[in-house]
Amino acid sequence: MSSGTELSVPGTGGGLSLVPKSEVKLGMKDFKTDQEVRWCPGCGDYAILAAVQSFVPELGLKRENMVFVSGIGCSSRFPYYMDTYGFHSIHGRAPAIATGLAASRPDLSVWVITGDGDSLSIGGNHLIHALRRNVNLNILLFNNRIYGLTKGQYSPTSEVGKITKSTPMGSLDKPFNPISLAIGAEASFVARTIDSDRKHLQSVLREAAEHRGTSLVEIYQNCNIFNDNAFEQLKDPERRDDITLRLEHGRPIASASKAVRRAADGGIEVVPRSSVSEDEILVHDAHRVDPSLAFALSRLDEPAFEHVPIGVFRSVERPSYDELMAEQLQEAVDERGPGDLNDLLLGGDTWRIG
Amino acid sequence: MTKQVQQLERVIIRFAGDSGDGMQLTGDRFTAGTAEFGNDLSTLPNFPAEIRAPAGTLPGVSSFQLHFADHDILTPGDAPNVLVAMNPAALKANLSDLPRGADIIANTDEFTKRNLQKVGYAVSPLEDDSLAAWRIHSVPLTSLTVKALEGFALSKKDAERSKNMFALGLLSWLYHRPTEATIQFLETKFAKKPDIAKANIAAFQAGWNYGETTESFSVSYEVKPAKLAPGVYRNISGNQALAYGLIAASVQSKLPLFLGSYPITPASDILHELSKHKRFGIRTFQAEDEIAGVGAALGASFGGALGITTTSGPGVALKAETVGLAVTTELPLIVVDVQRAGPSTGMPTKTEQTDLLMAMYGRNGESPLPIIAPSTPSDCFDAAVEAARIAVKYRTPVMLLSDGYLANGSEPWKVPDAADLPDISTEFASGPNAEDGVTFLPFKRDSETLARPWAIPGTAGLEHRIGGIEKAEGTGNISYDPDNHDRMVRIRQAKIDGIAHDIPALEVDDPDGDARVLVLGWGSTYGPIAAAVRRIRKAGGKVAQAHLRHVNPLPANTGEVLRAYDKVLLPEINLGQLALLLRARFLVDIISYNRVRGLPFKAEELAGVIQDVIDSE
Repeated sequence: MSSGTELSVPGTGGGLSLVPKSEVKLGMKDFKTDQEVRWCPGCGDYAILAAVQSFVPELGLKRENMVFVSGIGCSSRFPYYMDTYGFHSIHGRAPAIATGLAASRPDLSVWVITGDGDSLSIGGNHLIHALRRNVNLNILLFNNRIYGLTKGQYSPTSEVGKITKSTPMGSLDKPFNPISLAIGAEASFVARTIDSDRKHLQSVLREAAEHRGTSLVEIYQNCNIFNDNAFEQLKDPERRDDITLRLEHGRPIASASKAVRRAADGGIEVVPRSSVSEDEILVHDAHRVDPSLAFALSRLDEPAFEHVPIGVFRSVERPSYDELMAEQLQEAVDERGPGDLNDLLLGGDTWRIG
Repeated sequence: MTKQVQQLERVIIRFAGDSGDGMQLTGDRFTAGTAEFGNDLSTLPNFPAEIRAPAGTLPGVSSFQLHFADHDILTPGDAPNVLVAMNPAALKANLSDLPRGADIIANTDEFTKRNLQKVGYAVSPLEDDSLAAWRIHSVPLTSLTVKALEGFALSKKDAERSKNMFALGLLSWLYHRPTEATIQFLETKFAKKPDIAKANIAAFQAGWNYGETTESFSVSYEVKPAKLAPGVYRNISGNQALAYGLIAASVQSKLPLFLGSYPITPASDILHELSKHKRFGIRTFQAEDEIAGVGAALGASFGGALGITTTSGPGVALKAETVGLAVTTELPLIVVDVQRAGPSTGMPTKTEQTDLLMAMYGRNGESPLPIIAPSTPSDCFDAAVEAARIAVKYRTPVMLLSDGYLANGSEPWKVPDAADLPDISTEFASGPNAEDGVTFLPFKRDSETLARPWAIPGTAGLEHRIGGIEKAEGTGNISYDPDNHDRMVRIRQAKIDGIAHDIPALEVDDPDGDARVLVLGWGSTYGPIAAAVRRIRKAGGKVAQAHLRHVNPLPANTGEVLRAYDKVLLPEINLGQLALLLRARFLVDIISYNRVRGLPFKAEELAGVIQDVIDSE
C-alpha cells in the first residue's frame, strides 16, 4: 500500500489474540497496587500512570497475563504501581528481558516502560534490536529530555546547548529523535503522544496494544523539577493547535494554521494552511510499507519544535518474532516428531562394550 | 611383503598442519575410528584463533592430539609418539614437544625453499642431521595424493586438498583402525558432491595402501581395545556433552529451555548444538550482545522457562549486572562460562581456570551464587544437570565453569539411560502462601531450602512485582530499612551456603589410607592430576587425591579433608584463585602450583611437582 487514500481497519486485535480474556469486567482500581506512588508532585508520570490504569481494563485481558517490565529511571518505577506481574530490572535492559519473556510466552501482554536515558543511552542497543525483531512488546518511552533520577544531567534527547549540572557550558551532542530512530530500526509500529492529552494518549495506547509485534510509543512527559515546560508549546492553549500536527490514518496532515504537502524537491514541507488547497495536503498513510514518508514526518519537529506531529507514524503488519520462533519449534516437531532424550543421547556413532 | 605387527599399550598421535589443511577433521575421523575400535581415548585440539592465518607460518599451525590405549586413560597425553607434520611450520611448532625416538611423518612436498624460509629454516631439517634423534618418515603426501586422484576430473588444487585424507589413510593402516566408518562419513559429508566424496575416499584408501606397500614403514602397531565398564559408548566433546546436559535438564525439570546467547569462542558450539534441537521445545535466541543474551534468559526464567546463557570470560564480565539481578530477584538461571585465556580478549582458543574469582565475586554487592566445575569432557553432561537442579530448587543463578580444554577435548562416554537421570522438577506457586490465606508473599521462603516461591505470569491472584531494588522480607515490596537489608543480605548468603548440605561430600582417593600429601584440584585439571597421581603410586609413592566439582558452596567436609593431611598441593591454571579462597576460609597452608600457558597441565610435570612435595616432607 503506498497511497494514503485507503482508510485503515483500526485494531484487528492481532497483538492480543493469544492473550486470555478476563471473565470478569475489570476496572481502574483493579490495576492499582497498595504501593505509595513516589514521583515528585506535578510529575508527568502521574498522568501517564492514571491514563494507563484507566485504559488497560478496556483491553479485557486477564490481569495475570499482563506484565510490565522496566529498566532504571523515574519512569521505571511504573511496574510497582500496576497490579499485574511486574519486573523492575536494570538500566537499559528491559527490552532484552522482555524479549526473553515475550518470546517464550506468547500468551502474555508485555509492556516495557522506559525513559529517554534508559532506552536511548545505556539501552540503545536493546531497543533497536527489539524493534527490528518485532517481538510482541509494547514499549512506552517516557521522553522528558533530561535525566531525572540522577538529578538533572542532559539526556540523549536534550537539545544541543542544554545547560545542566554535567554540561555547565551547554551540551555538545546532537540529540536522538526517538521516532526517526525507531523507524530507522525497522520498527513496525511507531507513535508519539503527550502526557497532558489523556484522550490522545489512550487512543495511541489502544492501537499499540492491538498491534502484533513491537510497538514503540514515545510519550512526551514533563519533568517539572529538572526540565520543566520542555513541551510547553504543545500544552499552551494559545499555541498548541497551531504547532500540533495530528497524524490520523487516511486524514490530511494539518494543524489549525499549517499543512503538510509534498515539496518540489521530493521531500515534504510545512506551509500555511491557507496557502494550499485541501487536496494538496498530504493524507496520512500509517500502513505504507515503505518507511521513508513516516521518516520524513518524524523530522518535521526539527529544529525548533515549530510543528510537531503526534499520533501513529507507522503501523505495518509483519510477523512477530515470538510467532516465528514458535513456528520453527512446531515445524521441527512436525518433521521429526517430539524430541526423545534417549534417541538424542544415543545418536551418532556408538559402540557397545560387554 | 609381510610386515611386522607390534603390540602397544598406548599411543599419542599429533596431527599438525596449516589451519587450512583440515587437521581438526583428520583428528576427528581418526578419533571416531579409534572409538569404534574400542580403545579408551582422550583428545586435545589446539588451533589458532584466526580463521586463516597466513599459510605456512607458525601462527597458522593447527594441531589435534589423540591419546588412545588398551586401558582407561585420563589425559590427551603429554608428548606425542608420532607427529604428522604437513609442512615445515607444523614441524617447527611441535618439535619441542616431541620426545627423542618419536616418529615424524613429514609431508616432503611442502618442504619447499619458500616454506622453509617462512619459518626460518635455512636448509630443510629433513636433509641435514638436525632430526637425527627422531625417526623420520619422509612422505610426499601431496604429490602421492595428486597421483592417486589422476583419474578424477579435479583441478590439481582440489586434488591436493585431499592430502589430509591420504594422511588419515596412512595412519589408519599404521594403527589398524577400521576404515568403514570414515568411508561412510565422507559419503555423507559430501553427499551433494559425489565426485569430491569419491576423491576423498580414493585418497584415504591410497594412504592405507601406501602404508601397506612402502618400505618406509616396516612395522604397524596394534593397540587392543580397552576394558571399559559394560555399556553403550560414544565419543563426546565437552561442549556437546554440556549441551546435551542442558537438554536433559530441560526434560528432567519439565521446564522449556530458553537459551539467550551471543557467539563467543570457545562457547559458541553450545549455542549451535542447542539450536539443532528445537523438537525438544528449545528456544535459542542469538542476542545482540552478551547482556541481552543473559537478560532474555532471565526474562524467560521469570516466565517459567529454564533460562540459560552460554559464554566465555569476556561475556561473563558483561553479564555481571544481570546475574546480580538474578541473585536478588532469586530466579533460576544457568550461566555457562567456557573459560579461556584472559585478561580481556586474551587467547580465545586457549584454556585457563582464571574466571573462578570473577564467578565468585565479580558482581556489585554481596552477591553469592553456586559454582559448579565439570572435571572431564563427558562430566560436562552431569554438571549441567546438576547446575539446573540447584538453580531450579534454590531459585538462583548458577555458574557452570567449563573451559576450552574440556569444551574441545573429547573422550568416550558411557551413555546414560534417560530413566536413570534425576527428577529435578519443581512446582510453581499456585495460590496464596501467607498465614491469612489470601495474600501472596513472593519473598516468603521455604524453611528448609530458603528458596522463595516461583510464581509465573498467568497465575491468577499471584500478581507481584520484583526487581533489583532491595526487597522487604516476605512481601518483596521496596525496602530501604537498614535492618531488613542486613537480614536479606544474610538470608541470600545462607541460602547459597546451605546448598553444601545438598551436595556430595568431598571424596578422597587414598588407596592405602596412609598418604600424608593431598593433591586437590577443581575443574578440568582432574585428568592430568589423576594421571600424575597414578605415576607416583606406580613408583611406590603415597599421595591422596581429591577433586572439587562444587566450588561454591564447598562440600561440607572440605575443611576436615584439608586438615587431615600434612601438605595440600593445589595445581591450578591460574595464579592460585581457589588456593586464595581455601586459605582464607580454612587457614590451611595450601601449596599452590600454577602455570598459565593456555594449555592443560602435563601428567609428567605434575608428577614431578607432587614428588617434590612428598620429598620435602
